[in-house]
Amino acid sequence: MEEPRIRLAHGGGGSLMNNLIRNHFIRRFGDPVLAGQTDSAVLELPGNRIALTTDSYVVDPIFFPGGDIGKLAVCGTLNDLAVSGACPLYLCVSFILEEGLLISDLERIIGSMAATAEEAGVPIVAGDTKVVPKGRGDKVFITTTGIGTIPEEFTAVGSGINVNPGDRILINGAPGEHGIAVLLQRESFRLHSPVESDCANLYPLIREVLEACPDVHFMRDATRGGIATVLCELAGMRNAGVELDEDAIPVNRTVADACELLGFDPLYIANEGKAIFVLPEASAAKALRAMRNHPLGRQSAVIGCITEGHPGKVILNTSFGGQRWIDYLTGEQLPRIC
Amino acid sequence: MEMRHELFRDRTAIGAVAEQIRKTSRKPIRLMEVCGGHTLAIHKFGLRSLLPGTIELLSGPGCPVCVSSQQYLDGCVELSRFGEVIIATYGDLIRVPASASSLEKERGRGGDIRVVYSVMEALTMAEENPGRKVVFLGIGFETTAPASAYAAFVAQSVKRDNFFLYSAHKLMPPALRALADESLKIDGFIAPGHVSSVTGTEIYRFLPEEYGKGVAVSGFEPLDVMQSILLLVRQFESGKPAVENQYTRVVRPEGNRKAQQLLATVFEPADEQWRGLGTIPQSGLQLKNEFEAYDARKHFTISTSTWKEPEGCICGEILKGLKTPRQCPLFNTSCTPDNPVGACMVSTEGSCAITYKYHFT
Repeated sequence: MEEPRIRLAHGGGGSLMNNLIRNHFIRRFGDPVLAGQTDSAVLELPGNRIALTTDSYVVDPIFFPGGDIGKLAVCGTLNDLAVSGACPLYLCVSFILEEGLLISDLERIIGSMAATAEEAGVPIVAGDTKVVPKGRGDKVFITTTGIGTIPEEFTAVGSGINVNPGDRILINGAPGEHGIAVLLQRESFRLHSPVESDCANLYPLIREVLEACPDVHFMRDATRGGIATVLCELAGMRNAGVELDEDAIPVNRTVADACELLGFDPLYIANEGKAIFVLPEASAAKALRAMRNHPLGRQSAVIGCITEGHPGKVILNTSFGGQRWIDYLTGEQLPRIC
Repeated sequence: MEMRHELFRDRTAIGAVAEQIRKTSRKPIRLMEVCGGHTLAIHKFGLRSLLPGTIELLSGPGCPVCVSSQQYLDGCVELSRFGEVIIATYGDLIRVPASASSLEKERGRGGDIRVVYSVMEALTMAEENPGRKVVFLGIGFETTAPASAYAAFVAQSVKRDNFFLYSAHKLMPPALRALADESLKIDGFIAPGHVSSVTGTEIYRFLPEEYGKGVAVSGFEPLDVMQSILLLVRQFESGKPAVENQYTRVVRPEGNRKAQQLLATVFEPADEQWRGLGTIPQSGLQLKNEFEAYDARKHFTISTSTWKEPEGCICGEILKGLKTPRQCPLFNTSCTPDNPVGACMVSTEGSCAITYKYHFT
C-alpha cells in the first residue's frame, strides 16, 4: 500500500482537515489551549513588557544532521525571544504544506517540534494549516510566532544602546555548523567527519549568562549571514567600531575544511545555536565562565571588542598580523569554480 | 578528506621566507600572479605587507569567470531562455552581468538555472530529466576542462543525447604568450598550480627561453606563494630565468597524462575570445566533430551580434596587469559586489572583488 500523503483536501476545511488537526497537531502538541480549538488562544502573562517575534522557515532539506525544519522553527523563535532578554512563554505555529508531502514526514516534524517545545517548557497554543498544490511550495514551510516577557533590566539588550568602547565580544562556540551541515546534506557531499547543525534552544544558556552578568549590553543570535552580519548590524546600529581577532574565533575543523573546499567564509555561514554577547570588559571573564559551564557553550570564547576607532565598521585582525574589514555579504555565497 | 593547510600557513615559516626575500631582493621586480587563487591568497593573508618595496605584484588573467567574454555570457543568457533547457553551472557564473541581463536575473524570470559542483552532476541531471535539455556551462582552464571532456566522453558512450556542453574552456599558455608579446614590464610569472598539475611544467619553457622571463609554478597557500616569490627573486637577481616548480607535492613535470589524453580526444584548440584581452589564436577548446552532438554551439541557434563590453570598465587592463582595480573609475562607485559592472567584481577570485573585500580603508 502506498504511504499516505498530504492531499489538497487536508486543507479544505472538511473532515480530512479536522482529522489532521486533531490526530496530529493537537495530539502531539497536547496543549489544552490549543485543544480548545478556539479562534484565538486566550493567555495570561506574568508581566506587561511583552516581546513578540515571528519567523518563517523554508529549509531544504527538511531533515538534516542535528535537526529538522520543526526543531529549527521552534528553536529559532525561542532564540529570537531569548536574545532580546525575554523569557519565552508561548508559541504559535503555522504550516504551509505541499500536496504530496508524506504524512510520516509531517509526523516526524511535528514530533520534533513537540519534543523541543516541551523540553523548553513553552507550549504551542495556537496554529494554522494550509495546503498548496504540488509544485507551489517545497514540502513544508513553517512560521512560528513567539511571545515572552522581558524583565525591566534587560530591555536594552536587543538594541544594544548601552554598548560602549572597551566592551568585549563573546560567542558561545564555533561558527558555521548549521549552514555547512545543511549544505553538505543538500548537495550530498561526503566528508570524513559529518557536521551536525548546532540547532538548539539557547534560552537556558542565556539565562545563566544573564544571572551571572545582568550587565550584558547586547545579544543577538547569528543566524542567516553568520556572525559577520550580526557584527555589521551592531556596528551600524550603534555607530561603534568592532574589532575581531581571527585567532580567537573557535573553529570546527570539518566546517573549516568544507569552507576551504567551497570557497566560503565561516564568518558568513548561518548558525542556529550561536549567539553574540557584548559585555563590559569587567564582566567578560565571568560571563565566559558561565557560558563554558553550560553544555551549549563549552567552546565559548572572547573574540573581539568594541573600539572608538573606525565607527560603523568591523575589522578583523588576521592570524598574519594584517587587518581586513568585514562587510555585509553581497548576494548569496556561491561555490567557486576551482 | 584530510587537509593540512595550516602547515602552509605557519607564521614562523612564512616569516623566515619573507626574511630571505628581503635579503635577496635588490632590484625592483614586477611579478604577475597569473591565477585568481594566488591573488586571493595574497590579499586574504596580507602577504604584501611582508614583502620589501622592491617587489610589485600584479594580478593576471587566471580567473575563469573574469575572462569569460561578454559574447559568451550573452550566449548563456540566451540559452537559459529556451523553454526546454536546464542550465547547469558552477556557482560563480550566476551573478556575472551579461550585456542586458545575468543568469541570476534570468532565474528570477523563470529560467531553470541550477548550480552544480561538478559537471557529472549535470550529466545525472540529464538522465533524470529525459524531456529536457541540460546545458553545462564549461568555463575554466586546463583545470576544469578535463572534467568537461570526461562528461562529453561519457555522454557519448551512454548516448545521453539531452546533455550539451557550452564550452568557453581556455588554455593558459597562449594567454601567457600574448601577455609576454605585449612587452608588458613583467619580470616573472607565479604560474598556476592547478593548471600545471594537468599540463606539467614544460608548457612554460618558452617564457624564459624566448622572453627571458622567470616562472615559478606555485601552490595556493601563503607559504607556497612566498616561496615562489623567493624563487623568482633569486632567478631575477642572478639573471637566470628558468621554470621552477614550487608545488612539487601536486605538480609533476609531465603533468597528468590521462587528463591530457582526454582533452586531446574530446577537444581541439580554436581561436577564443578573452574578456579584456581580445581574441587569442588557438587559446580555446572546442568540441571535436566526433562530439558535435553534445556541442551546445551546434545544437542551439545562439545569436552573437549585439554584445558590447560595459562602458568605462577597465577589466582588460587589470587582467593584463597594466592597472590595478583602484585605478578604475567605476571601482567602488558604480561597480560594487552588489551591483557589479564587470566579472572581476563578481568572482571570489576576481581581482576587483578581492580588492574590495580584503582592503581596509
